[in-house]
Amino acid sequence: MSAPPLPAPAASAVDFSALRMKGLTLAIAAFLVLGLAVPLALMVVKSLQDARGNFVGLANYALYFSSAAPLESIANTLVIGVVSTIVTIPLAFLYAYGIHRSCMPFKRLFRGIALIPLLTPSLLFALSLVQLFGNQGILKDLLFGHSIYGPIGIVIGMTFAHFPHTFIVISTALGLADRRHFEAAESLGTSRLRVFLTLTLPAAKYGLISASIVSFMLSITDFGIPKVIGGKYQVLATDIYKQVIGQQNFEMGSVVSVLLLAAAAITFLFTRLVQKRQVAMMSGRAVPYEPAPRRAFDTVMFLACAAIALCIVGVLAVAVASSFIKFWPYNLGLTLKHYNFDLAAGGGWQAYRNSLTLATCTAVAGTAIVFLGAYLVEKSRDLPRVRQVIQALAVTPMAVPGLVLGLAYIFFFNKPGNPLGLLYGSMTILVLVTIIHYYSVTHFTMLTALKQVDPISRRFRFAAGAPVPHALAGDGPAHDDRHPGRFGLLLRPR
Amino acid sequence: MQAGIRRFATSGFVRSLLACLALVVSPAALAATELTVYTAYENDDLKAYKAAFEKANPDITINWVRDSTGVVTAKLIAEKENPRADVVWGLAVTSLLVLEDMDLLAPYAPKGVEKLSPKFRDPANPPKWLGNSGWICAIIFNEAEAKKKNAPKPVTWKDLANPAYKGQVVMSHPASSGTGFMYVSAWLQLYGEAEGWKFMDALHQNVARYMHSGSAPAAVAAKGEYLIGLGFDVRGSRLKEEGAPIDVIMPKDGLGWDMNAMAIIKGTKKAEAARRLMDWGVTEEANRLYGSTRAIAAIPGFAKPLAHLDKNMDERIMKQDFAWAAKNRARILAEWEKRYGSKADPTKK
Repeated sequence: MSAPPLPAPAASAVDFSALRMKGLTLAIAAFLVLGLAVPLALMVVKSLQDARGNFVGLANYALYFSSAAPLESIANTLVIGVVSTIVTIPLAFLYAYGIHRSCMPFKRLFRGIALIPLLTPSLLFALSLVQLFGNQGILKDLLFGHSIYGPIGIVIGMTFAHFPHTFIVISTALGLADRRHFEAAESLGTSRLRVFLTLTLPAAKYGLISASIVSFMLSITDFGIPKVIGGKYQVLATDIYKQVIGQQNFEMGSVVSVLLLAAAAITFLFTRLVQKRQVAMMSGRAVPYEPAPRRAFDTVMFLACAAIALCIVGVLAVAVASSFIKFWPYNLGLTLKHYNFDLAAGGGWQAYRNSLTLATCTAVAGTAIVFLGAYLVEKSRDLPRVRQVIQALAVTPMAVPGLVLGLAYIFFFNKPGNPLGLLYGSMTILVLVTIIHYYSVTHFTMLTALKQVDPISRRFRFAAGAPVPHALAGDGPAHDDRHPGRFGLLLRPR
Repeated sequence: MQAGIRRFATSGFVRSLLACLALVVSPAALAATELTVYTAYENDDLKAYKAAFEKANPDITINWVRDSTGVVTAKLIAEKENPRADVVWGLAVTSLLVLEDMDLLAPYAPKGVEKLSPKFRDPANPPKWLGNSGWICAIIFNEAEAKKKNAPKPVTWKDLANPAYKGQVVMSHPASSGTGFMYVSAWLQLYGEAEGWKFMDALHQNVARYMHSGSAPAAVAAKGEYLIGLGFDVRGSRLKEEGAPIDVIMPKDGLGWDMNAMAIIKGTKKAEAARRLMDWGVTEEANRLYGSTRAIAAIPGFAKPLAHLDKNMDERIMKQDFAWAAKNRARILAEWEKRYGSKADPTKK
């Protein structure tokens, strides 16, 4: 790659690709409409019907709000969402900052530890917290007489469970920085604090806001943690469970789900506002940031990250250890009997194998689909309306508890006469629903990465035939020499 | 550009994606007759039941779909426009009554149905559902914690209102779990509505949490998180087998209970095989199997007493009007939520 390509051939290649881009855009939109929008719409319609399917307008909403309990649930849900976000984001930022901007040792190990919670169901943390801080807990005195059963336990559990999601998004934002900006700032004698406030934070803005939204939405929709450790603290997610599973009252369950969807709508409008003000941070000529050793700073970052990592490992270790104990806390002998999966509730080893198949297929298909969606939303210029639909639907699954999505799938895919009904009960529909369920966080991560990279350089790389993942990772050939102004723009605080 | 797309399309990434799709789209293999049976029975029960039935009916295979009572019930109702189950075997009768009310069950009187205790039969003829076995309300009392706290042992339900147990009782949330509702409906039938609510008002002062699961209160009481869990007999017996320092108390003032029952789903395309499963489900052989892990079976005398528990449960269980409970469920739950649902930390009152 010695000389930049001439504008003429590049332009014709772009024209040619426009058709394909349009086709792909429509395909992703169709995927999200069929896999998400239509099933959810059926769920929303339920909230306007009675148990026999007659239209009753807003009667269910009126009934729901006729007692004091819902207002309490809504207030509690918001408190949990806000507090756990306020706790999680600075921790995740600190951790990602240590990994990307310091020279502390064991960075790979730290990164690995941060991602472990992704491999566990969120309620595992709640179970560990009960063992540690419950009425029989070893560390219960640390709570000074407060009970772990309630908001304290929920927030701690959510912080652990949602740490990796927020870490990934923030890490993506911090990982893509241009060394030249920092060198320029240094040569101008800018103070560290000023560099942090005017260069680091603005560059990570989209990542931080995305991570906050992810944390907030995951917190208000998570059901496992409040169920195990919530005590009498009611939240909307447990209200949905009570309605749908406890009383099979789908109409009321839909009413509560619509409240969560309203939260998603607000989130969507908010991201659109933020998006308009974001400028790419990585030009085609960017030089990856390499932190220089600074002893005191590196030590502090190491200690902070080590403390966080120890907490994660410690809480997980409690769960692992208790899986080998005969009957905690009365018989502390060791045993493997809890690993006799065929006796456990669920499907035994067959279920374990199915889970692995599901996970593999979801990882392969999901990554491809979500990447394509994020790429088109961020980088394509065709079909703006359709891309808006994709963006709106991409952030919606965060607001939909798995239980609600599953129920919506029954209503849609089991409808008599739906040709897609042949998927019902198959592994395919499980893969589909899982991709949709986890769509938002993945989408936000990819979007954050794409936003850091200069649009012009990306377009050229794609057009020049670099495989898409390479173009994203930024290790393809750089062709963009045409935007010297971008560099100066970055140093201006916004 | 074309080259780029082509390279992308033939990359290992896309190829593995296609391989995955091929793997998951493959049609379900069809055996001679495969019955889809929805159940909330526990896993170890399922193995024995399936093996015994298929041995007697080699041309039929059971394909279980198992989940908790609430999930199975919700699934059956959500699928009502296009039912996927052929038979339900092992679901609470209180759930089956809801399905019956929606006209989702097909009536059938199997051979030998008259041997079942009348309590275990739908009074209609032909019956729409038939009972298999039952589970009974029980107090799971942690003796190790009681010793530490010097707490007395309850003998009746009303003992649970003793202020000595403040913040020490856990039970299932009646709006979340059929087990929780089983308790509430039993107390209301046992004492009458006015006195029943008065008792629950007092009990509420002692309840630490209403849990969103039927089996959790017994489990946490067995682990000493709380002194008393309101659970059921089978779970208590198993926890004691595992070494929990508990006593499983069957209160003297009356024993509420619920029933595992079976029914054919209306509109099944495998009606013949479904009927044969019903036929087998009421045999003595089946009842012996039910009775091997439950304190009461549909044919009187076929249940073995559970380890560590009282005997003669056939006689001691209260006369329970399941139809009344099903019909009044919404009203009872609304009243319950009004009294105990919101601002629910009685320990602070």
